[in-house]
Amino acid sequence: MKGKPVSPKAIAAPNGRHYRIPPMHEVSIMAQTLDIALNEATRQGASQIHRLTVRVGTLSGVVPDALRFAFDVVAKDTIAEQAKFDIETVTARCYCQTCEQDFYPEDIIFVCPHCETLSSQVLSGKELELSSLEVS
Amino acid sequence: MCQDCGCSVTPANIRMTSENQSHHDHSHGHSHEHPHHNHSHGHSHGHSHEHPHHDHSHQQINLHQAILSKNDRLAERNRGFFAAKNLFVLNILSSPGSGKTALLERTLMDLSDRIPAAVIVGDLETDNDAQRLRRSGQQAIQIMTESLCHLEAEAIAQATQKLDLTNIQLLIIENVGNLVCPAAYDLGETQRVVLLSTTEGEDKPLKYPTVFKSADVVVLNKIDIAEVVGFDRDRALENIRKIAPQAQILEVSARTGEGMEQWYAYLQQQVQPQPELAVH
Repeated sequence: MKGKPVSPKAIAAPNGRHYRIPPMHEVSIMAQTLDIALNEATRQGASQIHRLTVRVGTLSGVVPDALRFAFDVVAKDTIAEQAKFDIETVTARCYCQTCEQDFYPEDIIFVCPHCETLSSQVLSGKELELSSLEVS
Repeated sequence: MCQDCGCSVTPANIRMTSENQSHHDHSHGHSHEHPHHNHSHGHSHGHSHEHPHHDHSHQQINLHQAILSKNDRLAERNRGFFAAKNLFVLNILSSPGSGKTALLERTLMDLSDRIPAAVIVGDLETDNDAQRLRRSGQQAIQIMTESLCHLEAEAIAQATQKLDLTNIQLLIIENVGNLVCPAAYDLGETQRVVLLSTTEGEDKPLKYPTVFKSADVVVLNKIDIAEVVGFDRDRALENIRKIAPQAQILEVSARTGEGMEQWYAYLQQQVQPQPELAVH
């Protein structure tokens, strides 16, 4: 006996239509990204988006592969459908108050490699931004 | 203006001479005979070089825009509104089933004569939680997000309009049960609480570091059944401290009431006393 299929919900797309897709954090983020991109392309009088470049911090909570998947879904039937989607990863950098210097944590525990103090001061790694577009 | 160097050479002070003098030898602001551009304009310089935008028809637009900037703006607006109302606002995040609603149910009951509070609760479907919370006699409003796995600042702004905030000092937002997505969305809260229960295991903070790193307070719930479920308290506390050194840790049982006074003391401390009416 087959299990009950996951019922996909309609999510409002930036171009005013609705997509039937399963709920996913990255889809919502990608929809917002595309919204910004389409608005900017329109403002510049462009008819095609050829490339989108986003910067994603390793602490942003966004999974690059999921974002890529979401892009394919969300960009369908828009002027960005054929676009290349580039993700630049931003690594985590913290500040150690004891040593008064920056360090790159080795994993999710932000321990200073010099003095082993735990840090909660994150200088970078939370980025989630649309950095550039290539249009024509 | 000179096209090449931007200097303000006007046609009036340019005279063509036959001298083969370099353009950049001209002295600015003088009206002496100026040898500007005495070279022939038939040359290729400045006209046939490759233009970077004409290599292909694509144009690069640098944006550097935060993707969640719309939510962040709305969250800041909420924060301003809450501050003006002298409201202490908590955003509570946890996995489904950690006991957020049970914690709030008991909190609203026990504090009903101490702190006037209201709750905004988010779930994918049903308003069961809001109904449960309303039994305390305090206000509770449900946001049904349908497909959305987190609450956003805009929904909070709308829900807040439906609450009577007169005399309310504490507003608690119970986020959708999810340890991933809600972490990225600022709602305009004053502080963020992450709830973890003993049934979830000790390594939850290691598995979901982003949300724990964003916490001001970590509440460890269901400590009454810790022993039964073989919960290693020391290891759990160590994991929380490693991932979230900034967070205050409170251990409670919303069911038996154990440790709840500590939680209430924290809330009491955060809630702003009402502004004096007779301020000079």
